[in-house]
Amino acid sequence: MTHLNSIRITTLHVLDQEEAIAFYCGILGFEVKDDIDMGFMRWLTINLPSDPEHHILLQLPGAPVHDEDTAAQLRELLTKGALGGIFLTSEDVRATYDAVVAAGVEITQEVVEQSYGTDFGARDPFGNSVRVAQMNQAGAEEIQRRYAAERS
Amino acid sequence: MFARVPDPAGNVGSVLSASEDTNRRMLRARDAMDRNYAEPLNVPALAEIAHLSASRFARVFKETFGETPHRYLQRRRIERAMTLLRQTDRPVTQIAWDVGFGSLGTFSRTFSNIVECSPSDFRAAHGPVDVPSCFIAAWTRPRDGAPPPRLSTTAVSEKQPDPARI
Repeated sequence: MTHLNSIRITTLHVLDQEEAIAFYCGILGFEVKDDIDMGFMRWLTINLPSDPEHHILLQLPGAPVHDEDTAAQLRELLTKGALGGIFLTSEDVRATYDAVVAAGVEITQEVVEQSYGTDFGARDPFGNSVRVAQMNQAGAEEIQRRYAAERS
Repeated sequence: MFARVPDPAGNVGSVLSASEDTNRRMLRARDAMDRNYAEPLNVPALAEIAHLSASRFARVFKETFGETPHRYLQRRRIERAMTLLRQTDRPVTQIAWDVGFGSLGTFSRTFSNIVECSPSDFRAAHGPVDVPSCFIAAWTRPRDGAPPPRLSTTAVSEKQPDPARI
């Protein structure tokens, strides 16, 4: 029994923290939780307003955590899209999709009905994958019916 | 050696080294292949996304991702076919068309060559997997030189321990 009970902070590597704020807060709707100049690094965390206890640390590859070679390897992997990313959920995935497309975000997959819900894929400016899904607890038919009703 | 590179919307982004900039542009081209996997390989269009000449595109793609654009597209299509075989009852011929193959014969040969069984045998042996599609796509995309991906439909938590390993 470990007594673990939540995920508190997840790390996402980015190449520019201001650009990361512009993307994650300005476009996706996150808010800055902590932005602390620690001298040796900038502690920058964000969270979704609807999920305030789960923070994402937007971390630059480099000192003091990484030596130069390791940081270079991380940057290579990040820009190749090989570092993974985040999986988000939305109350209205099609509205989210429309908003990010309007903001010029790179789309990796259009909106698709999947067995677990409806989702699309995008990339952040650095190469991280950003997946957004509307899970189908209500059932795919119910989600589609709601979408059609909203559009009509 | 570092540059600020505009994204497709023309915004100037992070400071990138020359190789990182190349990676990012090639990733945009590869994402376009992922989106349009059922369409014929359009090297000039992909080269334009990557800001490269068509003659250099395939070489730089291979340097970046370790395989040719043609081979990547082939794996992407087979991976998508595997998903459709698992999750739908669509006829195999229809799936071949849906993922971009022009003939059932070419599809079946390519599928058998990569997955080491026929599409029908694959369907018979595999059911739907309720895992986000992006993970399934990345993990089941066949890789040259690696064993064909095997998908179980049994949750790990439901599997019985192997007596030989206890």
